Amino acid sequence: MGSLRVTDLGKDFPSGSVLDGVSFTLEAGASLAVIGPSGCGKSTLLSLLSGLTKASRGSVELPETCRTAFILQDYGLFPWKTVYDNLVLPLQLKGTGRRETQVAARAMLEEMGLCGLERRFPAQLSGGQRQRVAIGRALIARPDLLLMDEPFAALDAIARERLQELLLALWKRRAMSFVLVTHNVSEAVFLGRYIMVLRGRPARPALWLDNPCFGSDSARSGAAGAAIAERVRRVLDKGSSSEAGQ
Amino acid sequence: MKRLFSILSRYALAFAALLLLWQIGAWTLGPYLLPAPLDVLHAWSAALRGPDLPGHILSSARRVVTAMLLAFAAAFPLGLLLGCRRRLDRVLSPLVFLTYPLPKIVLLPVFLTLFGLGDLPKILLIALTTGYQLLVVTRDSLRHLDARCLDAFRTLGGTPAQLVRHVLVPAALPDAMTALKVASGTAVAVLFMAESFATRKGLGFLIMDAWGRGDQLEMFSGILSMSLLGLAVYETCHILEKVLCRWKTLEARR
Repeated sequence: MGSLRVTDLGKDFPSGSVLDGVSFTLEAGASLAVIGPSGCGKSTLLSLLSGLTKASRGSVELPETCRTAFILQDYGLFPWKTVYDNLVLPLQLKGTGRRETQVAARAMLEEMGLCGLERRFPAQLSGGQRQRVAIGRALIARPDLLLMDEPFAALDAIARERLQELLLALWKRRAMSFVLVTHNVSEAVFLGRYIMVLRGRPARPALWLDNPCFGSDSARSGAAGAAIAERVRRVLDKGSSSEAGQ
Repeated sequence: MKRLFSILSRYALAFAALLLLWQIGAWTLGPYLLPAPLDVLHAWSAALRGPDLPGHILSSARRVVTAMLLAFAAAFPLGLLLGCRRRLDRVLSPLVFLTYPLPKIVLLPVFLTLFGLGDLPKILLIALTTGYQLLVVTRDSLRHLDARCLDAFRTLGGTPAQLVRHVLVPAALPDAMTALKVASGTAVAVLFMAESFATRKGLGFLIMDAWGRGDQLEMFSGILSMSLLGLAVYETCHILEKVLCRWKTLEARR
């Protein structure tokens, strides 16, 4: 896919403006972590990028052939569908043939470590397993751009780290870009090739970082990763102290 | 298997308790007002082997099952439509809610006049009564559907028809099945009333006819048959609910 180009994007709700002046370009195959305080408009940004919500101003430009997938905050699995049925839904909606669907599903179940759970319903899965199904469902249609809204927020620390690594491995195997919204600084440093910090009301980009440590051990335990995390935290703290002072 | 045994033993226990209460009532009131349960069971099993009772049971069962299928086929899609189309709902809901409190059974003479003396007016009356309950519950179920389900589907793309198949129908089905279960009691009650007039077939006729002749044992055989028919309809709905909405049971167990 080509670049994702966002120009002066803004969104107003009847209660006020939540997002303003967001501009960036994300080249094909890159990852962006968007971080900001809770309720600052990060999820709104993803909705605008996916086209679920219409922008009040500005534009989102994507190549016409770009396939987008979206993982919602609470996984977005349908409770009445089994793991298998949830997984293959994007293919069914596109009218993919039965045989092709089965082959793709088998491969995805293996890739996501979900073999043996095909007939289970989401209610019978752990949080980590549900998230694997959500990621698998997003990836089965081979998207060019993956949008994720705090995908690991509800998981414990170990499951979170495992899934972050799985996501990175999947990203490396596929030529796709992703935009990840998170409020976790370490997650942003580990998964974001670029990091954008949103701050203020309405939220505006307060920092855009090129993150050389992303995906590496140094993002988690090295000095370089710690320095980037510290920089992000300082910008976030500045925002919260100035908001508290308002 | 263990679960089935547990359900059956609970039913057997409840049945035994009911028989005991019935027996106490029979001793208190005397056999003319309330015949003893064993006498009724004896008369009922003999009648089952006779030529009349099976025919009456089959007629009543055919009417109530056809009516409930008809109610589901009409009310469930209409409930879905009202639940997801706000504009249509704004137009039709006042009509539905104005006519909902009307006891449909009072329309029996009108239906008999309009549709004749056959099965049709009885079936339509039962379908109308149960259909209303189903319609209101299905509509409300979708009105309260978690917006995240719709968002999740929108992120995947898909046509409105696919939305109905993959989201709206399965989301509304558990509430609709519960409504159907609840409506099964009303359906049998309306069946009894509808069969009390202008027919010579059906358990309603059998009960009223035996009552008129003062044949207590035959009347109670009819009452017992109607109760078992109601139980069978209710349990069928219950089993269907378990099969079609298995995920709901699993969610409740979490």
